[in-house]
Amino acid sequence: MTRDIAVVAFGQTDTLRTTEEMSEVEMLMPVLHDVLERTGLKTADIGFTCSGSSDYLAGRAFSFTLALDGVGAWPPISESHVEMDGAWALYEAWTKLLTGDADTALVYSYGKSSPGPVRDVLTRQLDPYYLAPLWPDSVALAALQAQALIDAGDTDEPALAGIAARSRATDNPHAQLRGPVPHGDYLVRPLRTGDCPPIGDGAAAVVLAAGERARALCERPAWIRGIDHRIEPHALGVRDLTDSPSTRLAAEKAGAFERPVDTAELHAPFTSQEVVLRKALKLGDDVRVNPSGGALAANPIMAAGLIRIGEAATRIHRGESDRALAHATSGPCLQQNLVAVLEGDPR
Amino acid sequence: MSKEPVAVVGIGQTKHVAARRDVSIAGLVREAAGRALADAELTWADIDAVVIGKAPDFFEGVMMPELYLADALGAVGKPMLRVHTAGSVGGSTALVAANLVAARVHGTVLTLAFEKQSESNAMWGLSLPIPFQQPLLAGAGGFFAPHVRAYMRRSGAPDTVGSLVAYKDRRNALKNPYAHLHEHDITLEKVQASPMLWDPIRYSETCPSSDGACAMVLTDRAGAARSPRPPAWMLGGAMRSEPTLFAGKDAVSPQAGKDCAADVYRQAGIGDPRRDIDAVEMYVPFSWYEPMWLENLGFAAEGEGWKLTESGVTELDGDLPVNMSGGVLSTNPIGASGMIRFAEAALQVRGQAGEHQVERARKVLGHAYGGGSQFFSMWLVGARPPES
Repeated sequence: MTRDIAVVAFGQTDTLRTTEEMSEVEMLMPVLHDVLERTGLKTADIGFTCSGSSDYLAGRAFSFTLALDGVGAWPPISESHVEMDGAWALYEAWTKLLTGDADTALVYSYGKSSPGPVRDVLTRQLDPYYLAPLWPDSVALAALQAQALIDAGDTDEPALAGIAARSRATDNPHAQLRGPVPHGDYLVRPLRTGDCPPIGDGAAAVVLAAGERARALCERPAWIRGIDHRIEPHALGVRDLTDSPSTRLAAEKAGAFERPVDTAELHAPFTSQEVVLRKALKLGDDVRVNPSGGALAANPIMAAGLIRIGEAATRIHRGESDRALAHATSGPCLQQNLVAVLEGDPR
Repeated sequence: MSKEPVAVVGIGQTKHVAARRDVSIAGLVREAAGRALADAELTWADIDAVVIGKAPDFFEGVMMPELYLADALGAVGKPMLRVHTAGSVGGSTALVAANLVAARVHGTVLTLAFEKQSESNAMWGLSLPIPFQQPLLAGAGGFFAPHVRAYMRRSGAPDTVGSLVAYKDRRNALKNPYAHLHEHDITLEKVQASPMLWDPIRYSETCPSSDGACAMVLTDRAGAARSPRPPAWMLGGAMRSEPTLFAGKDAVSPQAGKDCAADVYRQAGIGDPRRDIDAVEMYVPFSWYEPMWLENLGFAAEGEGWKLTESGVTELDGDLPVNMSGGVLSTNPIGASGMIRFAEAALQVRGQAGEHQVERARKVLGHAYGGGSQFFSMWLVGARPPES
C-alpha cells in the first residue's frame, strides 16, 4: 500500500424531519452536483462510484437502483453499493483506489427515516428468530447501554445532559436540532428525549482522489492516513455494553493512537454512546469532539457515518484541523464501528 | 503500481433446495463457509476479513443481516462488509473481497453470498408498492419477456432455441450434486410442453427459488503458495452499471454488459473471447438469455448467438460449454447465484468440477447481472497466475 488517498470534496443536505415531497434522487442530485462542481469533475471523469443505503428505510426492495439515476449514469460506470452506512461505501472506494484501478471515486449515501416508524424499522436488524419477534426498539436497546454505564459509574444523567447541550450548541447550518434544547422527559429510562437523536432525512456525498490528482482537485486535501472497521457479536448478552473493543481495535489499525488528534467526529446517536466512544478512543478533554453537533444534532440513518468523515475532512480543508478522527457505527449498541484518521499537509 | 495477484483457494456450497427447514440463516451460511475453509485447509483464525452479499433484505425480512451473521461467520473482531448490487451481487461481493487482497489491505478474505428464499416470499419482496411501479409486471419474467421478444425479432432466432438451453442446463445439473433441480426424467419434449408463463418464456425455461449459500476463500500470492489444492487465479474482474430505464437503453444487449466484458478481457489479455476462453458460467435465469449474453459478451456477432446454442457449441461437450453446473436455470438462491457462477468458473480451472468438469478448462468466465439488466459483474479466472 503506497498510494495516498484523500477526501477532496464533501457535500450534504440539510437534515429534515420529513421530505415527503422529494424522491431520493431529488434529495441526492444537489449534493452530487455540489461535490462535482467543487472538484470540476464530471460523472464521466469519475473512476469508481460507490453508495450506501438501506432498502428497509425506503420500504421497498432495490431502492438504491433508482437513486443511481441521480448520478447521471451514462455512459455506464464502474459502480458498487453497500447495504450499510456510506462510511463503508467510502471504505470500499478507498480499497478500489488502492488497487490503482481508479484515481477518483464518488461516494454517496442517503437515508429517509420519515416514511416509516424508524424505531420499529430498526428492530428488523436484530436476530430474526429470537430477538426481532419481540420488537425491542433502538431507544430501548440504547437505554440498556446507558443504564449499564451509569451502573458502572462511567457517567450520570447530568453528564449525559451536558453532552446533549454541547452537541446542539453548534452553528452547523445543516443540523436538524441546534441551540438550547430541553433535556425533556424520559423516553426509555434513563434516556430522555434530549439524549436521543432527532429522526430525519438526509444525504451526503464525498469525492476521493489519489496522489497528485488529489492535490490538483483540492487546495488542502484530507489525506486518509488509515481506515479500518471491526464488528462485535450481535447478541447484547455476550457484550460488555460499557466498552467498545471493536472501536478500539479499528482505531489502532487505522493508526489513531500513533499521534494525538485535534478533532474527532463521532457517530454517537445517543449521548451515552459518546461516553463509550471517548473511552475506547482515549480522547482527552483537549480534543474537539463533534463540532458539527454529531448525530445528536442530525442523524440521517445510512448517511450519518459518511457525514462524520465529511465533516472531519472539511475542517482539514478549511485549515481548522491538522489531524482528525472520524467514526461511524452500525447495528444496535455500537455493534460495528469504523475509524478513519485524516490529516492535512503540514503548514 | 502493481496489484497483488488474487487466488481462489477454497470453495464451498450448500446443496441447494427449495426449503432448508433444518437450518437457520446462520446455519445455512456457516455450512458453505465451513466447506470453503475445509477446501482451503484453513481455519476461521486464518481469515482476515469477511465480505458478504445477498439480494434485497426483504427476501428474508431481515434488515442488514450481516449484523446478526457476524458470529456465525467468525467475523467477530474482524472487518465485515455487506455488498448489495441486486442480482449481480454474488459476483460483486467476490470482486469487493478480491479488491481487499489486490490492494494488500488483507491477505486472506472469506467471501460469501446467500439467499434463504423459503423464509419469506421473493415475489412480494420484489413487488414495489404503488405508486413506485404499476402492478402489471408480475415478477422478473414479466419484466424480461418483452426483451426476449425483441431479441427474437431482431435476430430472427427460431422459437425453439429457448427450450434447447433449458434442456441442456437441466441435464448438466444432473451432474452437479449441489444443483437444486435434479430432473432425472427431463426430455426436450417435456420442456416444450411445459406451460407458457410469460410468452415466450415457458415454465421449464425459468429458474427455481432456492435456499442456498456459496463461499470462497481468496488469498494473495503467499497464501496461494500454501494452498493444498490448485488455486484459481483471477485474471480480470469488473463491474458496470447503467440506469434501468432511459430512452437510449438497449435492453437486449446493454452497453454496461459490453463495457464490463471489454474491461475484463483487457485486464486478462483476451483478444478473441470465442477463441481464448474455454467455458462460461453465465447468469441465465430465463433460457433465452444464453444466446442474448453470448452476443453481449462478444462470443458471437450480433444476431448470431442463437446459432451457437442451436449447433451444440454450448453443450457440456461442445466447443464453448456454457453453464456446466446447470446454471441459474437449475439453482437460484438469488443473492448467491452470481457468486455460484464465479465459484463454478474457479472450480473448472482448478479441475475440481467433478462430473461436470470440462477438459482443458484453462480460462473460464464467471458472469452475473442484476436489476433491469443494469448491473453487471464478471471475472475471468485461470489455471495459471497472471503474468504481470
